[in-house]
Amino acid sequence: MDAVAAHGLVKHYGETKALDGLDLNVPAGTVLGLLGPNGAGKTTAVRVLTTLLVPDAGSAFIDGVDVIADPQTVRGRIGLTGQYAAVEERMTGRENLELIGRYFHMNKGTRSARATELLERFDLVEAADRVATTYSGGMRRRLDIAMSLVARPTVLFLDEPTTGLDPRSRIGMWGVIEELGADGTTVVLTTQYLEEADQLADNVVVIDRGVKIAEGSVDELKDRIGGDRISVSIARAENIDLARSALAGLVTGAIEVDPESATTLTGPIRAGGGVLPEAIRALDEAGAEVVDVEVRRPTLDDVFLTLTGRRTEADGEEVPA
Amino acid sequence: MTAQITQTAQVAPRGKPSLVDGWRDASTEAMRHLRILPRNPELIGFATIQPVMFVLLFVYVFGGAIQVPGFADYNQFLIPGIFAQTIVFGSSFTAVGLADDLSKGLVDRLRSLPIARSAVLIGRTFSDIARNALTFAIMLIVAFLIGFRFEGSLLGALGGTALMLAFSYSFSWIQAFVGLSVGSVEAANAASFIWMFPITFVSSAFVDPNSMPSWLQPVAEHNPFTRLANSARALYNGIDAGSNLWWCLFWIAAITVVFATLSIRKFSRVAG
Repeated sequence: MDAVAAHGLVKHYGETKALDGLDLNVPAGTVLGLLGPNGAGKTTAVRVLTTLLVPDAGSAFIDGVDVIADPQTVRGRIGLTGQYAAVEERMTGRENLELIGRYFHMNKGTRSARATELLERFDLVEAADRVATTYSGGMRRRLDIAMSLVARPTVLFLDEPTTGLDPRSRIGMWGVIEELGADGTTVVLTTQYLEEADQLADNVVVIDRGVKIAEGSVDELKDRIGGDRISVSIARAENIDLARSALAGLVTGAIEVDPESATTLTGPIRAGGGVLPEAIRALDEAGAEVVDVEVRRPTLDDVFLTLTGRRTEADGEEVPA
Repeated sequence: MTAQITQTAQVAPRGKPSLVDGWRDASTEAMRHLRILPRNPELIGFATIQPVMFVLLFVYVFGGAIQVPGFADYNQFLIPGIFAQTIVFGSSFTAVGLADDLSKGLVDRLRSLPIARSAVLIGRTFSDIARNALTFAIMLIVAFLIGFRFEGSLLGALGGTALMLAFSYSFSWIQAFVGLSVGSVEAANAASFIWMFPITFVSSAFVDPNSMPSWLQPVAEHNPFTRLANSARALYNGIDAGSNLWWCLFWIAAITVVFATLSIRKFSRVAG
């Protein structure tokens, strides 16, 4: 049985279609990466699955329990870490964890033991008796996730768990999430970063405008969008066709010209090195006056371009939080 | 094939929370607020310094200038009114605190837990009573130091105090609704406070309504806050409260029922 099974979820806010018929299936014990740009409907999907929001249409089951008909039972089986680190700032780490234990009606001994266990696991032992106002962003996030795990949920939802963290804390958080996956907890995590999904998720669902536009393992997704990307900037826009034909023999797919600058070209290249020197040579021979060349891993933007033919709308409408 | 570790939830799934569970959850939530109260200097300051200031300012600034028929000592008239106003003003913390929890995602966290929807708000408003009792104790000490005395029975003194705490409790529910309705802490700050000025001043709390312009008199007389001020004053001074007391109890019940219903409903689908 799937730990999460959702079918045809719809949620509209006036003209905005936050969810427009979303299907999701997450096998028990796996990590699903829900990938999409801002406003794609990721948070709305999480809110529906965690009983915070009733959908306009569709059905959803957690661990076989109907989210709409029996939300209270669902709440006993899920953990939610939202976009903000939702900790009681004026309480200590330990008090925060014990507070959740109290809400789950654990007795004093159990909630204290569970708090100790989680403090150790999330590297918060030293900070256990300090109020959370003194915590760093990464520590707050770890406490936040620990709070979601107090009652040993079957399914854990993490809504953009690394947003707002510095690169070092982000890597630390990845370690935490990887461990959860290794434990057999089913995890649904939303992210805007392909790299993050690549690192953490067994399967990825790409959503756009409230619907699923791709699904599969990260490797499958990467096969679909091609390997790395080469990005070339040239000095003058009138040389763009020269540059394009110079690169044509090296790329494995369509070359995109950045519509704003009209001097930057991007295209997928085959995996494995060697392309960069070839590209520079070809561009030089064509007389394209190269300013900058870069080979990089594909981003969510590239995924989107390949799947939908358009770029992510970074300034897209934010779904009500 | 990957081996799947089945994790059993430690807690048995619960259907609709029972009344006992509801009280337990409400007391957990009340405990949260009471525990953090001493750690919030802003709140402590407001709950302790403001009442002292109000009592002293009103008594020494207005005390000598105002005559009220039937009261030889204006302070005996004034002080129950100040108590009532201060304690009702304190309810604004509910709005600000809830807006804060909402903006920090704490409300979402609580709503994702298997607890009664009403428990969170009941717990918070109950903790308000404890905070108000603290404020009250401070005001009483100050009032006694500057010469205020209970002229009625002990029962009257206790009853008047209980009535003011109960009235403030009903206002906590209005404020819960305000806190859940506005978008931010800043907005909650404004929205929780401004309307309380006309309610408390266009009343019998500080002056006899007969001294107001004739068009304003009926407003002041029917103001629920006038009922509270009149009742508290009568109980503190050993005068017959008459129908004021019944009106006051009616308003407390009506405001609590209406705004508790609205707030709990709002809480269940807030930001939804």
